[in-house]
Amino acid sequence: MKPAPAISAQCLDIGYRTGKAGQLGIQRGLHIDLYPGELTCLLGANGAGKSTLLRTLSGFQPPLGGSICIDGRPIEEISKRDLSHLIGVVLTDRTAIGGLTAYEVVALGRQPHTGFFGRLSRADDEIVRNALAACGIATKTHEFMASLSDGERQKIMIAKALAQECPIVILDEPTAFLDVVSRIEIMSLLHSIAAEQNRAILLSTHDIEQALVLGDRLWLLSREYGMQTGVTEDLILNGAFDRLFPHAAIHFDPLHGSFYPTVTRQHIVDVACHDETLLHWVVNILNRNGYAANLTAGTECTRALLRIASPHDIAWSCGTEQIAFASFEELAMFLKQRND
Amino acid sequence: MSNTPATYRHNSGLLIAILALLVAGLWVANLFVGSVSIPSQEVWRILWGGDASVESWQYIILESRLPQAVTALLAGAALAVAGLLLQTVFNNPLAGPSILGIDTGASLGVAVVMLASNMLNLANGMPGGIAAVGGAFVGATAIMAVILFFSTFVRDNLMLLIIGIMVGYLASSLISLLNFFATSQQVHAYTMWGLGNLGNVTLQQLPLFASLSLAGLFISVLLVKPLNAMLLGTRYAENLGIDIRTTRNLLLLSTGLLTAAVTAYCGPVAFIGLSVPHIARLLLRSSNHNSLLPVTMLCGAAVLLLCNLISTLPSDGIIPINAVTPIIGAPVIIYVIVNQRKINYFNG
Repeated sequence: MKPAPAISAQCLDIGYRTGKAGQLGIQRGLHIDLYPGELTCLLGANGAGKSTLLRTLSGFQPPLGGSICIDGRPIEEISKRDLSHLIGVVLTDRTAIGGLTAYEVVALGRQPHTGFFGRLSRADDEIVRNALAACGIATKTHEFMASLSDGERQKIMIAKALAQECPIVILDEPTAFLDVVSRIEIMSLLHSIAAEQNRAILLSTHDIEQALVLGDRLWLLSREYGMQTGVTEDLILNGAFDRLFPHAAIHFDPLHGSFYPTVTRQHIVDVACHDETLLHWVVNILNRNGYAANLTAGTECTRALLRIASPHDIAWSCGTEQIAFASFEELAMFLKQRND
Repeated sequence: MSNTPATYRHNSGLLIAILALLVAGLWVANLFVGSVSIPSQEVWRILWGGDASVESWQYIILESRLPQAVTALLAGAALAVAGLLLQTVFNNPLAGPSILGIDTGASLGVAVVMLASNMLNLANGMPGGIAAVGGAFVGATAIMAVILFFSTFVRDNLMLLIIGIMVGYLASSLISLLNFFATSQQVHAYTMWGLGNLGNVTLQQLPLFASLSLAGLFISVLLVKPLNAMLLGTRYAENLGIDIRTTRNLLLLSTGLLTAAVTAYCGPVAFIGLSVPHIARLLLRSSNHNSLLPVTMLCGAAVLLLCNLISTLPSDGIIPINAVTPIIGAPVIIYVIVNQRKINYFNG
């Protein structure tokens, strides 16, 4: 049985109010549920309304229509102060915190819990240190933000959201501008926090690869098809991804969980290869050079046949023509010449 | 080890103590040193209520140097804190009451009151009078409100700064227009006031000036927690439960009071608001308002007391305060801009 959703939105219209009674709707009629204990990834093209949706769910801007319930209560009935105990955010906004230490920034997350002057109690101090440790940056505790890398800063902001002790954490593109190591670290971190601390974590990202690996649930948002939600594997296998970027030049490969450019294939080549990795890259080089690979070659070969035993043993036969290549570089040169 | 919170707090405590001593020293120096040379034992005796051997010395110490030293102390702290508040709320280290046109707004208020009081035959219209203080407050808060309004949709900080400069120009052009309608006597009084003079505040005016400045400083102390949250930007602050509207209104009130009080009495004093918060951050090596606010107050007081001391050094007459403040302020700003990659609060 599914747990009660942390955030539940019905018939949600999002967008901006423009002037008097004017509206710029971006998405209409969204039905979404965000569950605790799960990492939910919001994917979609630029302009599909990802940031607008996150801002609306975080309470930064009012919905144009429909309802949002947080922890079972309608969002408009929750005071800003109470909301700061329910939702912690990590944004892409410009900050001016270079002159604060990592500890001081994470301690800002305690503000909803501290008194008028923000003085930290012993318990607050422990929560801040635990948040830093949970994000694997305890060694940077007393370093200035200015001296940290982009990945470390992002972890500090996540630690700030953790120190806020909210059941819901919403992050707007937390892995943008990060290198692949930091991207994987941060996604793994968020996934384990969701599971271990039973928090509902929602993030938007363009990093489909990591979202498919670590996202428990996906929200796919597109202008044309609206919102499709579900457990990652269900969405991959039911073709939802082809509706994410409805664009002729792009298609989703469910085997590898990635988008590929649709190639206009001029020739078809039969391919015989017993190694899966090798096969993948053979298809890749053929596609890039305008060939389609036929993997179910029959016995009677009328077309060209490519046999690959190893990256250094590639054989091309077409009728009487027999050529051997010792590397993919030689194959690529041959394919290009043959195209001309 | 050098940066554990305990030693860190210890360091800021030590810095505050040193600065407090420095301010006290400079304040006393302002009583003992001036254009007229008075022997220190005479100064000492006069301060303790004794009679001076030269009668005018008593007047100089009690009616001129004492109020002027208190004024420099408070005005320095007030302008520096106004600058700090503006830099934090606009997320721009180059903001300040002069650059954003807020003290020009105060000047406009004073000019309007001067002209109107002449037409309506009101007393108190001259700079330093209650009506002028009111006019300065209205002018300063009006400009600040205009800039805050623009800041809700102009996201680029540099552009906002330029809007501030433009609004300042508009206010100064209105001032020139008003001068056109004023009597030559008024223009002269206004021009003298515009040069900036910490000696304008008389002993009788001091209580009002002090209460207004202290009220502005008091409000700023109440804002320490939201100011720290504001370092993250308004949306983060909102998510931390900060009431943005109340905070902005209090900031408006505080910067308005601080800038208006100083400007109405002493004229527009440049560079303190812009540069002192940088001196404070460089000394403290932190943007945390818990310690940055007191350090900024003390630095502001120290810098303006020092400037006042320098301005009274010549034996014949005084140098206008606005000729001295840039000598300390401008190099600080240039230093900070040139070294911004190495300075922590510029990077993050």
